[in-house]
Amino acid sequence: MTYLPSAFIPRDGLSAFLARALASRSFIAGFIVTALIALMALVSFFWTPDDVTKLVVGDRMLAPSAAHWFGTDHFGRDVLSMIMVGSRNSIAVALVAVGIGMGLGVPLGCLAAARGGWLDDFVMRFNDVVFAFPALLSAVMITAVFGPGAVNAIIAIGIFNIPVFARVARAGALAIWPREFILAARAAGKGKTRITLEHVLPNIATLLLVQGTIQFALGILAEAGLSYVGLGAQPPMPSWGRMLFDAQTRMMVAPTQALFPGLAIMITVLGLNLLGDGVSDALDPKLRRRR
Amino acid sequence: MIAYLAQRLLVAAATLLAASLVVFAMLEVIPGDPARLMLGMNATPDALEALRNEMGLNDPLPVRYLDWVAGMAALDFGRSYTYSVPVIDLIVERIVVSLPLALISLALSVVIAIPAGAFAAQRRGRAGDALSMGAAQLGVAIPNFWFALLLIYLFAVWLRLVPAGGFPGWSAGIWPALKALLLPAVALALPQAAILARVTRSALIETLGEDYVRTARAKGLPFGTVLWRHALRNALIPVLTIVGLQFSFLLAGTIIIENVFYLPGLGRLVFQAITQRDLIVVEGVVMLLVATVVAVNFLVDISYAVVDPRLRAR
Amino acid sequence: MKAWTILAAAATLTLFGTSTGLAARTDLVLGMQLEPPHLDPTAGAAAAIDEVLYANVFEGLTRIGPSGEVLPALADSWAISDDGRTYTFKLRSTVKFHDGTDFDAEDVKFSLDRARAADSTNAQKALFAAIDTVEVVDPVTVKVTLKQPQGSFLYNLGWGDAVVVAPESAPTNKEKPVGTGPFKFDNWAKGSAITIVRNPDYWGEPVALDRAEFRIVPDAASQVPALLSGDIQAIPNASIGDALPQMQSDPRFKVVLGSTEGETILSTNNKKPPFDKLEVRQAIAHAIDRKAIIDGASSGIGTPIGSHFSPANKAYVDLTGTYPHDLAKAKELLKQAGLENGFSATLKLPPVPYARDGGQIIASQLRDVGIDLQIIPVEWADWLKQVFTDKDYDLSIVSHTEPNDIDIYSRKDYYFNYDNPAFDKVIEELNLTSDEAKRTELYKQAQKILADDAVNGFLFELPKIGIWDAKLEGLWENSPIQANDLTKVKWLD
Repeated sequence: MTYLPSAFIPRDGLSAFLARALASRSFIAGFIVTALIALMALVSFFWTPDDVTKLVVGDRMLAPSAAHWFGTDHFGRDVLSMIMVGSRNSIAVALVAVGIGMGLGVPLGCLAAARGGWLDDFVMRFNDVVFAFPALLSAVMITAVFGPGAVNAIIAIGIFNIPVFARVARAGALAIWPREFILAARAAGKGKTRITLEHVLPNIATLLLVQGTIQFALGILAEAGLSYVGLGAQPPMPSWGRMLFDAQTRMMVAPTQALFPGLAIMITVLGLNLLGDGVSDALDPKLRRRR
Repeated sequence: MIAYLAQRLLVAAATLLAASLVVFAMLEVIPGDPARLMLGMNATPDALEALRNEMGLNDPLPVRYLDWVAGMAALDFGRSYTYSVPVIDLIVERIVVSLPLALISLALSVVIAIPAGAFAAQRRGRAGDALSMGAAQLGVAIPNFWFALLLIYLFAVWLRLVPAGGFPGWSAGIWPALKALLLPAVALALPQAAILARVTRSALIETLGEDYVRTARAKGLPFGTVLWRHALRNALIPVLTIVGLQFSFLLAGTIIIENVFYLPGLGRLVFQAITQRDLIVVEGVVMLLVATVVAVNFLVDISYAVVDPRLRAR
Repeated sequence: MKAWTILAAAATLTLFGTSTGLAARTDLVLGMQLEPPHLDPTAGAAAAIDEVLYANVFEGLTRIGPSGEVLPALADSWAISDDGRTYTFKLRSTVKFHDGTDFDAEDVKFSLDRARAADSTNAQKALFAAIDTVEVVDPVTVKVTLKQPQGSFLYNLGWGDAVVVAPESAPTNKEKPVGTGPFKFDNWAKGSAITIVRNPDYWGEPVALDRAEFRIVPDAASQVPALLSGDIQAIPNASIGDALPQMQSDPRFKVVLGSTEGETILSTNNKKPPFDKLEVRQAIAHAIDRKAIIDGASSGIGTPIGSHFSPANKAYVDLTGTYPHDLAKAKELLKQAGLENGFSATLKLPPVPYARDGGQIIASQLRDVGIDLQIIPVEWADWLKQVFTDKDYDLSIVSHTEPNDIDIYSRKDYYFNYDNPAFDKVIEELNLTSDEAKRTELYKQAQKILADDAVNGFLFELPKIGIWDAKLEGLWENSPIQANDLTKVKWLD
């Protein structure tokens, strides 16, 4: 899914944009949820209710209680602590995957828009080839080839972010190039690279940010899926998808174990999507008024 | 038009060729010896060598690549290392699970999403809109395999209405087979429906602003009639584009859901084949799915050309 | 036409449906964990092949019974020469293969020669290594001459890898197995189920079941609901994990806790420093808490073992006390080995719950004595290559499910990299001995040597959890070999 709001440059400056964003319920809700999740991940570096590397088999599969708010898993680890530590993994994988997509996709897209001709064709054909691969299936194939693990999951998810960002950057840049201020810059003798860096990129930055939020959310879902089938982060590193897999086999005896990791994924993705919606609303007041 | 068609066809063929090189090269890197895997821990070296020769694993790489591509062109995908049957037979066996599953979930998604999106557009800004779009937000955010687990727990373990997983085969009768596909289809359809509902709503709101809709309203037609009769029909074009994309996604994207429900479909076939190092099966299925996506894109391109005269003139 | 056939079939089914109230059921759906890669027991090591076909579809000269005893099968009787080198088998004369061809001595010679040929793909060629010649005396008599006497020869012939196949059907057995057993192969829906049906022309006692389906249900998440809903009526080798107490308290099911021949061990690379030091291996043995491993990786079911031997075997000695759980002792031994600051190593885990779960627990336990293990999960293919073939590993966890396989420790170049001439001598003597009392004594010596040397971390005997409908009778409670023998299975009432 790619978002292309019809007007993606805040025409009335940053402060007005922020004012609109703060007036958007989606933005506020999304921002708070995302900030809370990020805070949880940060806190887990310094403190968790329990040590997740210590297995106390005698305490296995306890129901939620005052000592273990979310209960314990099949090794007697505290589920709340596992979710806290697991958030680091989800965030890291999705974030780096977005970074790969942006880092390679945006230059490709900008280059295609700036040069046109065969280069543009080439970039678009590259996109076609990558898009022709079913993303999840190919991610499974990549992790199977290079071995399961968080790093390979990042690569597998990141590769499929490249054409997404290339497409968004190209479409955005193509819309900027005919504008008057670019024509002025060209008349002033600035080169294409310089124009791209100085004028095009700043103007498509917010657009990329919105797409980044969406890909971030999709990345969290993809990582959870890969971990669930055993190809993402490997034990003993806690991860939400892996926790769901472990819980599935024990659903008859300890159903709450399957509840909390799933909720964690859902809330995180929801928060990011709301944030993305809020930003694109604020970018496009016309669309918002219609809502 | 002919030139445009020829160009698109060329692009499709080039995409397929590039994809086949990528798939073949990638799977060559996979560690593990299929012969060793088939014979197990106590196999002797000469038994292993005999099997490797039998399977053609000792041929040079380019020969194997050309053999494989030439075979595929004739719909011969080679023989599975693990099952020692033609790969095409395995694919056919599995596609009768994956294809109906994809179609059912697509149908479910459309049936849920279009009324929900239209309803939200009709009640724009009111409680109904907020409610259905809120539900859509949840639907996009929920991991479908987790949703599947919740469905299993509720309907299979607790209420015992449907089986928790597995597939009895179509020979067991239409109804038992459909029953086994019901929960997976719902789990797959939900996020798709959520996306589609959002697209439907915004497409409708877009068309509601058009002149002919205003004219219709000015004639005194009730808002509901205008929306369902006139606007929806015109909003269908972006909606159908998304539906087309979702179909290829569903056909390939069932891999995790098939694992949750132990459905013997294409995704699970690939998954098993990867762990069993049955590379020829992986190659065949992935290429088939890539070809499907390329074909769908090609059809979309053609339909655009039919609709848009500017492209036709090119 | 086609629609009509389906309708007729449906009508027949309904008729059967109403009549089952009168007679006992004759169908069975049986769950199994792994799907066989193909259906030829003479060309693959996968246990799943035998679990479908052994004793049901294929038979050998001898067979293994429910308690591990050798019973006659296609050979009615046999005579052993005084020097123990010549076996003369009298065959049954009225046996037919499922394709209608006759079974005779030529088929036996073909099967044994094929299994031990140079280009054979038989996964257990070692079973036939002792055979020198196979001669057809007459259509019902076969004479097998051995290179040297072999105490376990009749037992070896009872393995699934030694079943008799016909020359006409041998090449296609992988797809469409043709044997002599009481069931015939019917259908294989790949990835889903294998069906066998009663063989009306069976030479022996007819079976009670008309058809049996082996359905693939890979893990606890699928097995438990399938049993509860009645979709599957038996899982002889279930992995239902923590749902066990629930199934045990349900009167609809019979739960049988049996033993397998699977010694679950912490495989150790005995040549790789620091594991080449006896003290280090002893320290690991002291650091391991078997109870926690059994609780966490096997839901509390499983017998702790102290050596590589099945507790179900009569020659078993309990050696779990050799190195009791004692952290202070473990640290002391590490100090003696010059490793008082601990060390780090890798632990490669194949994709089975006992290994993946057990590995995390062992890593946690060894960390308490300063050994830091890095867990590397691997697929079976990589495990076979890296650990088993290339011996590129420090530690691993695996269950050795072959029956009576203590002799693997005497094999040169086996992946443990263990080399002890004293042990080899015991095994050599064992191979030349057929006296039962003497053999038992030798087995005990062998177990003791392995325990003392702490070759591997000996953890527990993999349990066999069998669950089936309480009205079902005749399934094996133990698994002396990998099989689901349905020949005596029937429904009560």
